Amino acid sequence: MGKAELPLHAPGTQVDRGYIGQSVPRANAQRLLQGRGAFTDDLRFPRLAHAVFFRSPYAHANVKRLEFKQALRAPGVIGVFDGRAVAEYCTPWVAVLAHLKGIKSPPQHAIAIERACWQGEAVAVVVAESRSEAEDAAALIEAEWEELPAVVDMEEALAGKTVIHPDLGDNVCFKREHDTGGVDEAFAQADVVVEETYHFGRHTGVCLEGRAILADYNAAEHSLTVYHATQAPHMMQDIFSRHLNIPEGNVRVIAKDVGGSFGIKVHVYADEMATAALSVMLRRPVKFVADRLESFVSDIHAREHRVKVRLACTRAGEILAFDLDDLTAIGPYSVYPRTSGIEGNQVVNLTGGPYKHQKYRARMNVVFTNKNVTCQYRAVGHPIAVALTEGIVDRAAAELKIDPAEFRRRNLIPDDAYPYTFPSGIKFEKLSHHQTLAKLLDLMDYKSLRAQQADFIKKGSYRGIGLAAMIEVTNPSPAFYGVGGARISAQDGATLRLEPTGMVTVLCSVTEQGQGTDAIFGQIAASAVGVTIDKVRVITGDTGVTPYGGGTWASRGAGIGGEAVLLAGRALRSNILDIAAAVLKMDKAELDLVGDQVVHRLTAGPKMPLAELGRIAYFRPDTLPLDFQSELTVTRHYTPRQYGFTFTNGIQASYVEVDPDTGFVKLLKHWCVEDCGTVINPMLVDEQIRGGVVQGIGAALYEECLYGPDGQLLNGNLADYLVPMSGEMPDIVCAHVETPTQQSQLGAKGVGEAGTAGAPGAVMNAINDALAPLGARVTQMPFTPERILKALRKV
Amino acid sequence: MEHELETTLTVNGTTLRRRIQARQHLVDFLREELGLTGSHIGCEHGVCGACTVRVDGQIVRGCLMLAVQANGCQVETIEGLSDSGELATLQKAFHERNALQCGFCTPGMLMAARDLQIRNPKASRDEIRAHLAGNYCRCTGYQAIIDAVEEVLHGKS
Repeated sequence: MGKAELPLHAPGTQVDRGYIGQSVPRANAQRLLQGRGAFTDDLRFPRLAHAVFFRSPYAHANVKRLEFKQALRAPGVIGVFDGRAVAEYCTPWVAVLAHLKGIKSPPQHAIAIERACWQGEAVAVVVAESRSEAEDAAALIEAEWEELPAVVDMEEALAGKTVIHPDLGDNVCFKREHDTGGVDEAFAQADVVVEETYHFGRHTGVCLEGRAILADYNAAEHSLTVYHATQAPHMMQDIFSRHLNIPEGNVRVIAKDVGGSFGIKVHVYADEMATAALSVMLRRPVKFVADRLESFVSDIHAREHRVKVRLACTRAGEILAFDLDDLTAIGPYSVYPRTSGIEGNQVVNLTGGPYKHQKYRARMNVVFTNKNVTCQYRAVGHPIAVALTEGIVDRAAAELKIDPAEFRRRNLIPDDAYPYTFPSGIKFEKLSHHQTLAKLLDLMDYKSLRAQQADFIKKGSYRGIGLAAMIEVTNPSPAFYGVGGARISAQDGATLRLEPTGMVTVLCSVTEQGQGTDAIFGQIAASAVGVTIDKVRVITGDTGVTPYGGGTWASRGAGIGGEAVLLAGRALRSNILDIAAAVLKMDKAELDLVGDQVVHRLTAGPKMPLAELGRIAYFRPDTLPLDFQSELTVTRHYTPRQYGFTFTNGIQASYVEVDPDTGFVKLLKHWCVEDCGTVINPMLVDEQIRGGVVQGIGAALYEECLYGPDGQLLNGNLADYLVPMSGEMPDIVCAHVETPTQQSQLGAKGVGEAGTAGAPGAVMNAINDALAPLGARVTQMPFTPERILKALRKV
Repeated sequence: MEHELETTLTVNGTTLRRRIQARQHLVDFLREELGLTGSHIGCEHGVCGACTVRVDGQIVRGCLMLAVQANGCQVETIEGLSDSGELATLQKAFHERNALQCGFCTPGMLMAARDLQIRNPKASRDEIRAHLAGNYCRCTGYQAIIDAVEEVLHGKS
């Protein structure tokens, strides 16, 4: 492995040369490539029982009667239970946070009692010896329903003629207003005012592995071990403990291989809580795996916003103010424990984010409806804020006949203006908008591409170029959830242990979902300790063995968990050198640790292999000085605190061709330049971006959970709900600017959500650029052929 | 009421005789009865491709074929093709290019890629994209997968 120039900026970091900045392949990918991973559904347990849920076919209905007689007689059935029976073992929850002032939501049970509030909400559960027997029996449950009026449209929900939860008074879960002052004056003085309303479709994560949980209660110990496809094992440990009334120390949550998460697997799901409760009730292991059809009606959905935005601008192209009105619908419950108020809140925080205007006003309403619940899914709020900002910015540029790239250049916050407080109140440590813009224009050869586009339009081919600048929340401090009372850790920890043979074991509280967490922790640990990477093993996803921490969400794994690994690695290295100094009877300062060897710092001559040091420390400590105790296991933690969030920035571009006869959009190419600070593994960073871009393209072109007027999901299967496939996706070119955060030694910021944040806006602007010569414009995602043809007045 | 059929099939080279429920899908049989959990269940309606296995040399959706339909057939799964080394070149390229993230789609994706390698070893990049379009990947955005397969077919780096 060659050694690249070290991106670490911290003083005295010479010891950390090596693997940081290298495209090291992921060691843990090997088992997945041979089908030898261990996803939750792959586990085999004696006496394992299988849970299948009986779900409401109505969007809103009272359960008048449930009859289990037939189901109980079916072969293999262990039990059939309703909400009251499960509630004996699991207390309900209310998803509110103190810092989202005024947010409200009704109590939610593991299985709904008396009333179902969305199509797909479980009202009963069958437990049987096998999944197929449980499914057979569930079909024998008889239910008598009394249909209630369903609130489906969010404008109607806001108007509140029918209130879903009468105890709450209205259908408003949460609202926020923000005003810097001076907005009306800015609009009055403006030379140009542009206004547009954008609609964002409701979509969902479609993790290829459905949600999965296997709960194993041990009645003798009153302990619960939960094998769980989750992003946040410690959060779930706390929740199982509190709602099932089992001491925290008796609950262990293990996340083995997880088949995609994207935020879907970081929430509390009623059916998963019921599964854990059933294990306690039945005193045996119980498994639940959501099949694809029930995933569509029970995995969280996201987005569904209607946003009106106005922008005020001078004739010279200087943005003066943004004025925002966002309405979003979240289903009948705020989702526990993160709440469903966060996405709208992020739209208010992030709108206009890259630009230097000073006046900003926002109004946002989050309303209840009788559809499946929504909550935080990859890039939470960003795709909406970026698309509406970049859409209205393009409108202003067009009005002023200024090239969109040039218009952005005039308005982006200068690279030397940091630290910077944005009008929404958020703070930026250091961003690099102008560098990323310049790099993007160079990368895509913007001028030539514009010339090429003009040629194509002359030939009747409608090609368009779209830009989308963005900011992104990463490395959240306790300001995200902890301050609101959520028991969600913002700190993470890493334990490093030198094994007797000179290998290093890393245990970290951040989890692996395929993004490469384990791999980068191996790179950081090897570099910090001074061993070759083949000597490092990484263990994550087990509350029984790792330090306490938050897990994986909000692009925090590398920046927070990585820093903990770095700090622990340096401490372990120092402890190893203490032992070497004692054994060799040399001054510690004379020694160094490089490539599995203790060496002389000046001559680099080998003094002792690490394996020999391990042998002495573990098996012959009698040969060490009497007052010397070796410490070859060290733990360090890290919490970002200086800023609420470590913001990153970037910019994307999309190049498309729109067929005006069919309304089809062909994606020709996509570019992304972003700044995630220190790049630990360039290959993994690029792959995070590409995967994220394609999820964003899904939102822009294909994905929407379509509901009928009665609140029925119309396309809840993979044949009717379209996700991006390899045939339609473009090649995606990635490049980076590196502005390491000064808050940590590692300097890493997050990158996992950048692609999803910016892609929908870039694609939207590209489509509208292509449609401009035809006098058409689209503002409702996803941009289906039908919507494009409607905009062209062809259907 | 359960209909079971005496079925003889060869899985990864080993011939088995089992009474199999007529309604059981091939992938459920492989996973539940044989413990071959490398073939994954992503949709159970034949769209996502995560359960792709090879039956008598043809790749099929394990969720659309009944296990009893494999009577007399040669069934090959990711475990078998990994051990025989048949997928080694593709697996190496996938590993080096990070053409997988969560790895849930990967066994099916490798089955489809190997099928292309056999049937159309000179496939163009567009043909690779088209051939793999029946296998969903939610993590990678596909490009690294296409790159890896292209590298194996054409020796491109």
